Amino acid sequence: MIELIAGVLVLAGSGLAMLAAVGVLRLPDVFTRMQASTKASTLGLGMMLGGLVILHPDAEMVIRAVSIIAFLMLTAAVSAHVIARAAARTGSPLWIGTHVDERPIEESEEAGRVVS
Amino acid sequence: MADIMLRVSLGILAIAALLTLFRVIRGPTLPDRVVALDLFGILIAGFTVVNAAATGLSFFLDVALVIALLSFVGTIGYSRYIEVAERT
Repeated sequence: MIELIAGVLVLAGSGLAMLAAVGVLRLPDVFTRMQASTKASTLGLGMMLGGLVILHPDAEMVIRAVSIIAFLMLTAAVSAHVIARAAARTGSPLWIGTHVDERPIEESEEAGRVVS
Repeated sequence: MADIMLRVSLGILAIAALLTLFRVIRGPTLPDRVVALDLFGILIAGFTVVNAAATGLSFFLDVALVIALLSFVGTIGYSRYIEVAERT
């Protein structure tokens, strides 16, 4: 029973990673791709680590798994913010369905809109 | 039972890594490639986590932590490079 729960957690985590990969492949824009990647990959790796901890409840496993989860929660937000800032400052093209663009006008006209 | 599930999740992770590599090759701009490489690093860390669950060896988790750390530092470095290269 415990093995079944752990296997389902690991399978759900890898399914979330698969969703993140499909989102990175299919979404039209840097920013939409980024939100698919960061959220789903963090939760997916967290669920995989949860399944691992349920399957092997040793002290060394639990300490390492908790430290990996804490590290991911800290760094995913930072790296997403840094990539988004770099993409917005270099005028990365937005999807044509974007309604609100809060950049200054000359920057956003320079960036342009694309259909993809 | 859990063994089969771990093998299936390894297969799913492999397909996800292939899709991500396709975006790395094709991505129209440099930030697309950086996002896809970040996700690829996290997928490799997921490989080692599932491997640790399958074998019960705890040093695979050290490997996963180091790979996640290297992916984060690489992402920060690439973003810094994009901004600085645009400014000059």
